Amino acid sequence: MEPSASRRRRPPGANLWRAVRHNRKATAGALLLLFFLVLAIFPGQIAPYSYASTNFAPALPPSAAHWFGTTALGQDIFSQLVYGTRESLIIAFAVGGLSTFISVIVGVSAAYLRGFADGVLSLFTDVLLVIPTFPLIILIAAYVRSAGLLTIIIVLGLLGWSYGARQLRSQVLSLRDRDFLESARVRGERSLYIIVVEVLPTMTSLIVASFLGAALYAVLTAAGLQFIGLGDPNAQSWGTMLYWAENNEALGAGMPLWAIMPGVCVALLGASFALLNYAFDEISNPALRPVRKMMKADLDGLDTAARLRNVPRASRLGREA
Amino acid sequence: MRFILRRTGFFLFTMWAAVTVNFVIPRLMPGNPALAMIARYKGHINGQALKALELLFGVKAHVNIVSEYFTYLDNIIHGRFGTSYTFFPESVSHEVLQAIPWTLGLVGVTTILAFILGTLIGLVSAWRRGGLLDSMLPPIFVITSAFPYFWIALLCVWLFGIKLNWLPEFGGYAYQSTPGWQWSFISDVLVHSILPATTILVTSIGGWILTMRNNVISVLGEDYVRMARAKGLKPWTVMWGYAGRNAILPNLTGFAMSLGFVVSGAILVEFVFNYPGVGWMLLDAVSNEDYPLMQALFLLITLAVLTAVLLADIATALLDARTRDLA
Amino acid sequence: MKLRRRSGITDGAARTGALGGPGRFVERVQRLPGTRTDDAILEVRDLSVAYVTDAGLVMAVDRVDLDLARGEFLGVVGESGCGKSTLLFGIAQLLSPPARIVGGSVKFRGSEIAGLSDKQLRHIRWRDYSVVMQSAMNALNPVMTVAAQMRDVCRAHSEMSDLEIRERSAEVLRLVSIDPVHLDSHPHQLSGGMRQRAMIAMALLFTPDLVIMDEPTSALDVVAQRSLMVQIKELQQRLGFAVIFVTHDMSLVSNFSDRLAVMYAGQVAELGGTRQLFDFPLHPYTQGLLEAFPSIRGPKMHLQGIPGQPPDLAQPPPGCRFAPRCAKVTAPCLTIDPPLFDKNGDLVRCLLYKAGRPELGAAIFPSPQDRPGAGPSLSDLGVANPERTNDQ
Repeated sequence: MEPSASRRRRPPGANLWRAVRHNRKATAGALLLLFFLVLAIFPGQIAPYSYASTNFAPALPPSAAHWFGTTALGQDIFSQLVYGTRESLIIAFAVGGLSTFISVIVGVSAAYLRGFADGVLSLFTDVLLVIPTFPLIILIAAYVRSAGLLTIIIVLGLLGWSYGARQLRSQVLSLRDRDFLESARVRGERSLYIIVVEVLPTMTSLIVASFLGAALYAVLTAAGLQFIGLGDPNAQSWGTMLYWAENNEALGAGMPLWAIMPGVCVALLGASFALLNYAFDEISNPALRPVRKMMKADLDGLDTAARLRNVPRASRLGREA
Repeated sequence: MRFILRRTGFFLFTMWAAVTVNFVIPRLMPGNPALAMIARYKGHINGQALKALELLFGVKAHVNIVSEYFTYLDNIIHGRFGTSYTFFPESVSHEVLQAIPWTLGLVGVTTILAFILGTLIGLVSAWRRGGLLDSMLPPIFVITSAFPYFWIALLCVWLFGIKLNWLPEFGGYAYQSTPGWQWSFISDVLVHSILPATTILVTSIGGWILTMRNNVISVLGEDYVRMARAKGLKPWTVMWGYAGRNAILPNLTGFAMSLGFVVSGAILVEFVFNYPGVGWMLLDAVSNEDYPLMQALFLLITLAVLTAVLLADIATALLDARTRDLA
Repeated sequence: MKLRRRSGITDGAARTGALGGPGRFVERVQRLPGTRTDDAILEVRDLSVAYVTDAGLVMAVDRVDLDLARGEFLGVVGESGCGKSTLLFGIAQLLSPPARIVGGSVKFRGSEIAGLSDKQLRHIRWRDYSVVMQSAMNALNPVMTVAAQMRDVCRAHSEMSDLEIRERSAEVLRLVSIDPVHLDSHPHQLSGGMRQRAMIAMALLFTPDLVIMDEPTSALDVVAQRSLMVQIKELQQRLGFAVIFVTHDMSLVSNFSDRLAVMYAGQVAELGGTRQLFDFPLHPYTQGLLEAFPSIRGPKMHLQGIPGQPPDLAQPPPGCRFAPRCAKVTAPCLTIDPPLFDKNGDLVRCLLYKAGRPELGAAIFPSPQDRPGAGPSLSDLGVANPERTNDQ
């Protein structure tokens, strides 16, 4: 006697896709990110002019030819924004990836190895976590004089992994004694195998959250660095635009969009990561989801379900027998 | 008590690590910055400044690096950071001390205020789940918490300072005012601090609200909260004594860990508003390649953050008996 | 020193010394367990609790009926997910979203308490009925001392002075064999067994009429379990409160309970006197459960489990819920959801006991499919003298 209908097997990504579709924050974040990805991959098709061409009259207000006007040097702001997307996205993904990679290695090893190794790694993580990294980055950038893209990526990546490492470590610690890991150990699997095959998949959501957080941090910090002039002034990025805008007193000299629009882009890109991150939290922890109120339709469903169960009514029973 | 001792030990260790990093990094950089500076200021460097450079960068190649390190440590502990270039011939310590009160006043007060307000709002919004507050806040604050500090600062400068000209957007006080304790100066300072303070408050409060809200929601699902309900306690008591007291603990830890981010935001805000605090001085030092000043400021900022972390740890130990006993 | 009168509830038995003066503790008149009285302190009728999910309502508790007499010890057993904890919280009005009561009534001492707000329930909570939860580590506030947790409930429901509260707290701790010096400990400083007993002590602060216990022994080792049960039973007989004891450990509770209710898939499958249920289990599920326990004394037997899984409560099967796993299933079982039938004082939800003809089966509680709304009366079903029987 088979129990009632078992669920169909879903392909592994389908649940995630469904979750993303249903969660408004995730959808919004994903769309924003997609938008910027398109801009980054196809800047030539979207921007009417190139980043650096100074063929236009300076300080023009917004118009049909120049959606956001021009800079003090006669460059089209809109084109600059479009071309600048690429660098910001590169920074976001590269630093995100580097950071997450280091934090996974450090966090998981510390939790798995325990003992002295854990002590050392944890101390190192905590120290890096607490030391304010932005002033440190400023110091380093000041010594290097002008930080190109690669420098920024390496420095940010090397300094930004500590938060993720800490979270991953505590997660692995809580998992470490669970039964499925015990059974892997008893089977005689090597530690590395256990870590990669058994432990990591359960922490996917944490790793993704870590990545998104690191990407957000990278975008904001890189923009901040370039804004104060520590980046490469010839780079094509939003932060550099802000730097030049500030240097030319854009706000006071009637070119406010020059200063505001790159900030808007940074904010939007950052917001997309933050939205995705928060939505991921909600998806993996259902308690955080918006509360659903019981509706009248649910109560009606009660009666319908009873009726549909094809149960003969007791009064009829007596007459049939 | 052991817990506090352990945390103080960590504090000292991290401070030492920061000092050592400060020592090591310039020596790792390709091309000694000091040499470049000396070349640039050829002839204009006096004995004192030269000594300071040696102190910081080890110009003399034949000196043992280890003994150099200990000399450096000794100088740091005694507060001898050398002479500043930007404010020549004032000493670094003198300049730094001038900037501290501005930053403490602006950043310190605003951050604490944002934390307290954010925690309260988060608590209330999670308590009334499904209410107006709870459905509106999370999406809004998720987005605003991603905004860069300096952008909000720029917006404020543009909107309130230039366009509407309601508030001053430059400096800590007007040029004409004479510093002192008279009301005209103090009110001037306060007015000048409105925009920077608002920027910091608006940008940082979102994070507190969201984390507190999530913490409270997790706590509300705990058995002891249901137990409190079963005991027939008043909702107020349950919210404060049971939910709030437990939910705030991870928030305190989070406060400590996010200070780094607060600092970075504060530096940028001071930069945009030209507010004469520690952050602004740091950036000014960078543009002037005033290494002694830069290093001292970095160490100072680190010290401040570490102290705040230690205080947060002490507060956690006071509130939660488990922390006291576990250490 | 003001004494606040307890409103709306009358009782002939003496009340605790907590209200009558410092330190004076008057014991209740002892009542024999299982005494048949019309003084039922709890009447649960047709109680249904559902979880509101995106996929619709999931009925965790489906039209449960229960009675509890004064001083009675009722055990509620069942496997994980059968709804017994949800039932408990539904009775105690402690459900939280997304769970809620969607039908039925719960009458405590004659007054309806289902659907009342927390504010309305406040004056009977803890004073007339209290709750003991599964894991004291989770149920006690980790940042407050034991004394503080007892103090806040005393302050909420009486106007005892701090000294009186302290004395009363020490008194109840002594009742459960805990040295009162532990009043100033935090929960994590006590051992598991002590924590659990401290929770029980807290539940007895006002010597309520009913103590609802949700698997209080599950987190303990076997020895501690037994000693805790003995203590609970002894306290119950001394103080005369009724107990609803939810557990998955049938053999443990059966030594102490007067009656047992066996739950399956959100419904009561069998309800009857403990001894009778053990000696003559009627429902195939109960039989399966009992056969799964090895006996220490009996001959070695092959243990039988019950094959299959409990049904998915989001889509319960038509007809009897146990039918897919039942060894004695018949064709009508698949389409008819049986009502509770009475067989020698034991209530069974199984068509095997319909005595041949469904319309003549002495259905005590009308069949579920007739509700909501007025169903056929018992005389329609051909029952001559319908009379509720509670225990043997």
